[in-house]
Amino acid sequence: MIGILASVIDGVLVGSVYGLAAMGLTLIWGVMNVINLAHGAIIVLGMFVLYLVATALGLPAYGAVPVMIIFGFAFGVALYWIAVHRMIGRPALMSLLATFAVNMVLIGLGTALWTTSPYNVPVAMPGATWQGYTFTGTHMMAAVLAALIAGLLYLLLYRTRIGKAIRAVANNREAAELSGIPTTQVLSLAFGLGVALAGVSGTLIATLFPFTVLSGEAYQLKSFVVTVLGGLGNPAGALMGGVALGLIEGLATPFMPVSWIPIVEFGLFVLCLIAFPHGIFALKRS
Amino acid sequence: MTALLSVIGLGKKFGGLQAVQGLDLTLNEGEILGLIGPNGAGKSTVFNLINGVFPPDAGRIVLEGKDITGEPPYRVARHGLARAHQIVQPLLGLSVLDNCTVGACFGRENLPLHRARDVAREVAESVGLGDRLDMLASSLTTAGKKRLELARALSARPRVLLLDEVLSGLNPTETEGMIRTVRRIRDGGVAILMIEHIMRAIMSLSDRIVVLNLGRKLAEGTPQEVASNPAVITAYLGEPQLMAAAENPG
Amino acid sequence: MWRRPFPWLIVGAALLYALVPYFTDDVQLRESLLLAAVYIILASNLNLMIGYAGYVNFGNIVFFGLGGYICLYLVNDFQWPLILAALLGGVAVSALALLFGLGILRLRGAFFALATIGVNAAIQQIVTNFEPWGGATGIYLALDAYGSLGGPMQALWTTYLLIVALTAASLLASYAIRNSKFGLGLIAIGQNEDAAAVLGVPTPLYKALIYSASAFLPAMAGGLYFFKSGIIEPTGAFNLQTSIEAIVMVMLGGSGTILGPTLGAFLYEELRGYLLIAEPFSHFQLVIAGTLLLIIVLFAPGGLLGFVHRLWPRTRRWLE
Repeated sequence: MIGILASVIDGVLVGSVYGLAAMGLTLIWGVMNVINLAHGAIIVLGMFVLYLVATALGLPAYGAVPVMIIFGFAFGVALYWIAVHRMIGRPALMSLLATFAVNMVLIGLGTALWTTSPYNVPVAMPGATWQGYTFTGTHMMAAVLAALIAGLLYLLLYRTRIGKAIRAVANNREAAELSGIPTTQVLSLAFGLGVALAGVSGTLIATLFPFTVLSGEAYQLKSFVVTVLGGLGNPAGALMGGVALGLIEGLATPFMPVSWIPIVEFGLFVLCLIAFPHGIFALKRS
Repeated sequence: MTALLSVIGLGKKFGGLQAVQGLDLTLNEGEILGLIGPNGAGKSTVFNLINGVFPPDAGRIVLEGKDITGEPPYRVARHGLARAHQIVQPLLGLSVLDNCTVGACFGRENLPLHRARDVAREVAESVGLGDRLDMLASSLTTAGKKRLELARALSARPRVLLLDEVLSGLNPTETEGMIRTVRRIRDGGVAILMIEHIMRAIMSLSDRIVVLNLGRKLAEGTPQEVASNPAVITAYLGEPQLMAAAENPG
Repeated sequence: MWRRPFPWLIVGAALLYALVPYFTDDVQLRESLLLAAVYIILASNLNLMIGYAGYVNFGNIVFFGLGGYICLYLVNDFQWPLILAALLGGVAVSALALLFGLGILRLRGAFFALATIGVNAAIQQIVTNFEPWGGATGIYLALDAYGSLGGPMQALWTTYLLIVALTAASLLASYAIRNSKFGLGLIAIGQNEDAAAVLGVPTPLYKALIYSASAFLPAMAGGLYFFKSGIIEPTGAFNLQTSIEAIVMVMLGGSGTILGPTLGAFLYEELRGYLLIAEPFSHFQLVIAGTLLLIIVLFAPGGLLGFVHRLWPRTRRWLE
């Protein structure tokens, strides 16, 4: 019983990072109606930033977090102007293909640079023991950081003028434009934010588990499941959904082989989409 | 007077908002029924419920004796009800003729491709698009796109036509033309339920009018009756057009 | 349809395509033409989903792989004749697609796309664990399977001719659908699904039908291709990269047209062949494909044919 509780708590810790990743995805979707299929590649990017900072440069591992936030934001804004800007307002198919193309390029470059071998960044972090079960330090730290970043996002969105502009554009782009908000700039900022969130979640995941260039796919799928659970365009729902998914994984892992988990998640994803198109958490709000 | 379309006790709730409640209305053969009301009264929602975009929470919709409540849009179209939207939705990559052919193919008559194309050509010409049949819908003017929206709905040769603000965005000459066209459509045997904000037009076109306010029916009757109804005037308080129509009925 | 010149052009080209290497007995030419033919089959059937109905089937390779497995299994374990086995593969896969399609086609846009990737991954996972189909090792075709076709050499020629026939069938099917009422409905869905529904197009049925139809010929082609290769295993059969390349080919040539996917398949094959010699890392292939796709989507979403149509509008009539 305690064992299950420990597993669940660990699941919640890891799940908060999933939630962070999903927040990036759902933010972009909510603000500009673009589903970023390069999401997984950006998570991988975050993972390798940790590797570069901690292993290649030998700097303290968690220093990679602010690095990724800043770099991710800049990268996201650049990506917006390169690939997404011209897709706004065009049929959804086009932005899908555009972001997917970016995904291909990034994964291709990543494979060329780092091949598909597994990488691992050992991070020293003291854990905590409770009732004979150890909670890994990195898991706890990741959850704390995820919560912190989520909190910062909340402050940004609800306590600053930029955040207000972003929410206005998300709500009604035309009306925002008419009130004098430079919508294109706002869109690029929002995209940058979404990418930064995705990237930093990758950095945090890399402190928890080993990874390869191809790991992004599985986390992208998790992000989609979480986004759908929480309701598209709903960052708070994304965080809750992430924790929920972590919980489910915590409960399921002892009972099934690892390679089947993505398939179960995919099944959950399709089921949720068909049964709850507005997200499970969104149901409660109405 | 045979009732072509009957709506009984229609209700729809979105989240906490009761958009439509307890609505009864009847559209008779050969009739133009106007649906008016202040913004947010629920008029477009009524249209969406009738043609199947959302299923209603309560009530029934009967078309030519068949219960079509909750049926998806394509089945409703097959039963003989067509709709021209307020925000036009042309199939941009297709020509004007192809747009109308879609209507003729998949509407009430379910025609094969060749016959559908002939019908589409006829209808497009009758609406004044005969000179632009091969143009891509994306290269039409706004007025042209509005006409296409109408032509496409008519190509299905429906029995009931839902017109959602077909006059918006037109200049006075175009408005006159469209009013004549709507009358001609009715004279051709299509019953029309129309939402319109241009009071003068809807007052002169409609045989009867239903007034909606906050999702409920506020009044019903001939244009004159409705225009002089104090409750209606109160609901529209400050609407110069309706006040003017009340002072100069007909 | 046979009263118009275009279908006859397709048949004529296919005959040339089939018979030139046959009569010159040029095995190298045959091999490269065979690969191109397979890509044309994949691309033109994918085009039915992308170009007509507007749904991107990222996991389209699953039809090819599954069809391959069914065919090889029937030939190897039950000594079925090739054509029958391939045919059953086609029928079985499109029946499955119809079933799946009714479910996942309720999803729009990216969700559908992701779902198709998921379907491919799921099927690959299931097949990898399915012992009767060789699990992770796959199926190795016994050499005597070629006996009924007159020995390995003759069998290779036969499969080539059959694949070219499937290619011609794909193009003819694209043409026939495009000029039919069904095709018009599909294109309406691709332009604006909600508007199409209001106009009376039975959207759920049509989408499921085209998804199923787009599975049939690739499944048969998979059967023939893997028969010729003599071996099928999960990673190669359900290779997502090939799936994606098919999308690039469709977009490159011009989605929604008949010739577009064919053009795209040829061009992309040329490009790839060139790159394989010029660059030893196969993963730059993905970078090139991705950049190409991005450029097309950003600047020339109509692909090559769309570009031609824009420059010379008259060509819209006959160059489809």
